Amino acid sequence: MRVLSKKNIMILAGLILTFAIVYALRNFGILTSFHEITIAMVCINIILGVSLNLITGFTGQLSLGHAGFMAIGAYVCALINMELNSTFGFILGVLAGAIIAALVGVLIGIPTLRLKGDYLAIATLGMAEIIRVIFLNLEITNGAAGLNGIPRYTNWFWLFFFTVTTVVLISNFINSSHGRACISIREDEIAAESMGINTTQYKVIAFAIGAFFAGIAGALYSSYFYFLRPEIFGFLKSIDILIIVVLGGLGSITGSVIAGILIAVLTAALQSFAALRMIIYALLLIIIMLFRPQGIMGTKEITDLLNFSKRE
Amino acid sequence: MDQFLQQMVNGLSLGSIYALIALGYTMVYGIIKLINFAHGDIYMIGAYIGFAATTYVHLGFFPALILSMIVCAILGMIIERVAYKPLRNSSRITVLITAIGVSLLLEYSMMFFVGAEVRSYPKVLTNHLFHFGGVRVNMQQIYILVTAVALMILLQYIVTKTKTGKAMRAVSIDKDAAQLMGIRVDKTISITFAIGSAFAGAAGVLVGIYYNSIDPLMGMMPGLKAFVAAVFGGIGSIPGAMIGGLAIGIMETLVAGYGNSMYRDAAVFAFLILILILKPSGLLGKNEREKV
Repeated sequence: MRVLSKKNIMILAGLILTFAIVYALRNFGILTSFHEITIAMVCINIILGVSLNLITGFTGQLSLGHAGFMAIGAYVCALINMELNSTFGFILGVLAGAIIAALVGVLIGIPTLRLKGDYLAIATLGMAEIIRVIFLNLEITNGAAGLNGIPRYTNWFWLFFFTVTTVVLISNFINSSHGRACISIREDEIAAESMGINTTQYKVIAFAIGAFFAGIAGALYSSYFYFLRPEIFGFLKSIDILIIVVLGGLGSITGSVIAGILIAVLTAALQSFAALRMIIYALLLIIIMLFRPQGIMGTKEITDLLNFSKRE
Repeated sequence: MDQFLQQMVNGLSLGSIYALIALGYTMVYGIIKLINFAHGDIYMIGAYIGFAATTYVHLGFFPALILSMIVCAILGMIIERVAYKPLRNSSRITVLITAIGVSLLLEYSMMFFVGAEVRSYPKVLTNHLFHFGGVRVNMQQIYILVTAVALMILLQYIVTKTKTGKAMRAVSIDKDAAQLMGIRVDKTISITFAIGSAFAGAAGVLVGIYYNSIDPLMGMMPGLKAFVAAVFGGIGSIPGAMIGGLAIGIMETLVAGYGNSMYRDAAVFAFLILILILKPSGLLGKNEREKV
């Protein structure tokens, strides 16, 4: 397959167009700050959704602790950024946040990923809770009051750049032999193991990559909203991310992208009705599971639907 | 020493509440292999029913307790019928996500209808203090312990001596074989949910009286901790859930009493991860063989 295939060129054109349209709308002042926040949340949701989808959708390991990794990325980036206060500091913060989140992912993943299904879900939930309590008690993170006055460097360019990078890297990972190994674990762990796949190793790799990108999402979040508090990253945030993955379809990156956009828009629209929003989310979860457990896209991608590969 | 004994008494009261919730978790998990995330919220609803019964209808402690247990039992059966039964043959991840959905639905519907504010329970029991040496035990703690122990004895009787209990044990060991022997599996599962939810309802009323405050999100943490208790005792084992509940309650009070009370939630979860790594089958649980 060539790098400059028809498919890739079309994808590239689509991306440039999306970037240019939002950039132009923003510069002409058509977008209000409310729209801009929604756009930022769309990008952050997509990164979170796609990265959790790698763990839960593709590798089949239910994680209820994704917000914990997001918290690590957010706090690390915010602390570095408040110290350096420059674009270099921002990039350094994003990378450092992501790398530390990934390291914590490996550290936690090695013992907990031996567990299966429900036990893993509870262990990851517990892990995120422990991370939150640690941030709540540390001196440097300013406890429950949180950090204020974080300089804002996250803009449309960086949001777009990191979102596209996440989606491209994760979909390439899934289409590599390593990614196929992860999918085989989801399909049948025992069969995968007997085919010589080191299941624990691949689960930890998927977990670490997922944590890495969750860290990036957290970093972007912290540098966009000026402030951080530990309670932002509670159990409900993890559930929010899970809803994106489940709604889009476990095992579909396109699905996570669509659902990330939908959830961000829904959240923005129902901003002043917090309780009602959560009731809608809850009903959404139950109804999807009862009537369409495969979500919007199932395990299909947009490229499957447009049938690019046949035309080439 | 007195302080230690005092902590133990407080821990036992808290622990017997956890034990009551953990029993529901362990029974449901034993029978359909589902972590019923909504269980903690049934406990919350139980607390609100107790609140309404004592505040507006002016019922006494025991009538309120029984009313709350009955309503929660019915609620548990409805949830099972509507949300879990259609998914009997789906993958476990699907049912687990549904359970999370049900949990959120109960929490936020409650918040929507009764408001998010914390409400304080009326004084149903006298605040009489008993002194045993330097240890203070109040009337509420005695009521909590006695009620919890009585309910546990009742449950042990139902499970080991009655026909329903026999059916529950049979279904939890092998659902298909039980069905072939003429046991009505759906009915048995329904009864399991009813009993488990009734216990959660009782725990809700007890905690309302003990801590004197309830709110729509109160079920989240105790629910998860009760699950930790069930795992510690060996999930699926009824005596295990009781021991686990008491152990978690005592551990939490000791961490709060001697260490930093901010870390007590973290301590419970760290403990869970330790158990899962060292002895995933728990204290009294059975090891399950993996079959291809």
